[in-house]
Amino acid sequence: MKLLEVRDLRASVEGKEILKGLDLSIGEGEVHAIMGPNGSGKSTLSEVLAGNPAFTVTGGTVEFHGIDLLSLTPEDRSHEGLFLSFQYPVEIPGVSMTNFMRAAINAKRKYFGEPPMAATEFLKMMRERRGIVELDNKLASRSVNEGFSGGEKKRNEIFQMAMLEPRLSILDETDSGLDIDALRVVAEGVNKLKKPTNATVVITHYQRLLDYIKPDFVHVLYKGRIVRTGGPELALELEERGYDWIKEEADR
Amino acid sequence: MNSLTQYIDLYRQAGAQIESGSPSALNRRRAHALQVLEGSHLAEKGSAGYENTSLNDMYAPDYGVNVGRVEWPRELIKAFRCDVPNLSTLQGYLLCDTFVGGSALETRLPAGVTFTSLADYARRNPEFVEKYYGRLAPVDDPAVALNTLLCMDGAVIHVQAGVELDRPLQIVSILGASTGQILAPRRLLVVMERGSRAQVMLCDHTLAGSPVSMSAMVAEIFMGEDASLQLLDMEESQAESRRHAMVYASQSRGSELRLHSMTLSCGTTRNDYCVSLDDTGCTTMLSGMVIGSDRRHADNRTVVRHMHPRCHSTQLFKYVLDDVSTGAFDGSIYVAEGAHGTEAYQNCRNLLASKGARMHSRPQLEIYNDDVKCSHGAATGQLDEEALFYMRTRGIPLAEARMMLMQAFMTDVIDTVNIEGVRDRLRHLVERRFAGATAACRECSRKMAE
Repeated sequence: MKLLEVRDLRASVEGKEILKGLDLSIGEGEVHAIMGPNGSGKSTLSEVLAGNPAFTVTGGTVEFHGIDLLSLTPEDRSHEGLFLSFQYPVEIPGVSMTNFMRAAINAKRKYFGEPPMAATEFLKMMRERRGIVELDNKLASRSVNEGFSGGEKKRNEIFQMAMLEPRLSILDETDSGLDIDALRVVAEGVNKLKKPTNATVVITHYQRLLDYIKPDFVHVLYKGRIVRTGGPELALELEERGYDWIKEEADR
Repeated sequence: MNSLTQYIDLYRQAGAQIESGSPSALNRRRAHALQVLEGSHLAEKGSAGYENTSLNDMYAPDYGVNVGRVEWPRELIKAFRCDVPNLSTLQGYLLCDTFVGGSALETRLPAGVTFTSLADYARRNPEFVEKYYGRLAPVDDPAVALNTLLCMDGAVIHVQAGVELDRPLQIVSILGASTGQILAPRRLLVVMERGSRAQVMLCDHTLAGSPVSMSAMVAEIFMGEDASLQLLDMEESQAESRRHAMVYASQSRGSELRLHSMTLSCGTTRNDYCVSLDDTGCTTMLSGMVIGSDRRHADNRTVVRHMHPRCHSTQLFKYVLDDVSTGAFDGSIYVAEGAHGTEAYQNCRNLLASKGARMHSRPQLEIYNDDVKCSHGAATGQLDEEALFYMRTRGIPLAEARMMLMQAFMTDVIDTVNIEGVRDRLRHLVERRFAGATAACRECSRKMAE
């Protein structure tokens, strides 16, 4: 059984169809990269999989380790092991990182019928996982993402990923707005969290991130469909030749 | 129908009884009050300054008034347990309309501090009470006049020059089932002499199971030179409760007044906070929150009058309204001609957590000189959908995410309170209030499902 099986997925936002019959199959232990020109539907795909109510699914199915993903609320998708690292992480003034993370962890435990995590155990876990992305201790006492730099926000996303231990992580343009050092830290964090039982989808514009997070498969998304799938060499080819040749092929 | 009629009739029948049970300092003001009330009318909804709240309706029910000075059962105090642990306060109670000192209150008060029954103190020290009673609250206002006509007790706080209280004074006001359908006229007199410092908590409670009842309070606060007072006015009451609080403060040179209005839960509430900066170099912080749910209604009016140069005032009010609750904020800043170097700020921010909730805000500035820094802002919005989605993708259920955002919204208002221990407790009370609101919703939806 595949970890994620997307079949003929169609979705629209404000009446405009963005995903037009998308197929994608992801197995455990795999890293997939999704690339594509602006406006092709990359972010829509991640939002739809995470369950953003602003998007309407108009057709198709998504199976997530055998579960009908599209029938679940965003919170239950998270509990079942889906994680989305946002391109633009949201600032939440007044909610401390610690309270935010505690609420998230305990909600998941409740979902699986477990008691809330003891405070000392939780704080120890926070400390350990912070180290994975070299996130400053001070950020934990601040409000969620408030006043964080671009790099800190992205590291904070990977920190949350480390806390929640998802089975499938979707990293939506995690490289945007990052300098080369921050990029390395974030990518190393993602690599440290890699296990034979989980999988990662990297959505990116640039080949650069894929130097750090090595994909097994590279997909090109164009006009709401996966129009080409290849190995890591496809990313290099795109870097060199751009998307026009693929667009031409697809539009033919 | 004019709701004043029943009180005027009552006074005509029982005026002698009221006066025989009250000290002369209070009685002396009643004749003028009666004069004001005759032929007068309490504000109706829609009249100037009362766009969203009808005082006439609030006072209309056939309330009893405790003219015979019935002693209220002391069990009420036991039934009420103050929810602020690890906080040592000097406690007094306003049991319906009667002041009752907490255990050994008189002996525990530091030298130079009076905190006692207004009626008792007016008998022991009539010159003092006459000097201050009714001097700030405008008796030409029918609601003030009504309070003056019927008031028989309340609390007096007097802090002598240079005395600094290290523990807050706390007045717990209680209405309950056993006090019946009653109007409790209450009076608070606070006199802070030169250089004195104090913290006062007013905790206005109506216990569960109370019938329609109303607390009507007039507070007069005199701030001496360089005096400092922090007053926390907190309400936790029931759907059937009505509360009308009229707070008047006058500040002398260099004094600092921090006034915090916290409507954690209410039935129908109207609060008036009027602060007059009557000398130079005064500081005022006026902050407030309202948490509305069901059909509750809360209306705050503030008036900050800058009469002299170089005073600084800040106002911050925030409302979170759920279900079909309504809120109103009418805030005004007045800067007089000679009040140069005035700094006056006002901010009202509101969150509508449901489609049925309504907020009316009206900020007003009236400025009569050029050398001022003033600003006001009012904004009403909804819960941030992006933040809600972000939280849900981390597994935080929608109801909890909403609660966390509402709680977060109140953070800066809570942070204006700087009484040690109280701020944390307030944070907890707000959290519990929001949690309770969702618990109640769950209860309702279960009932509907059955």
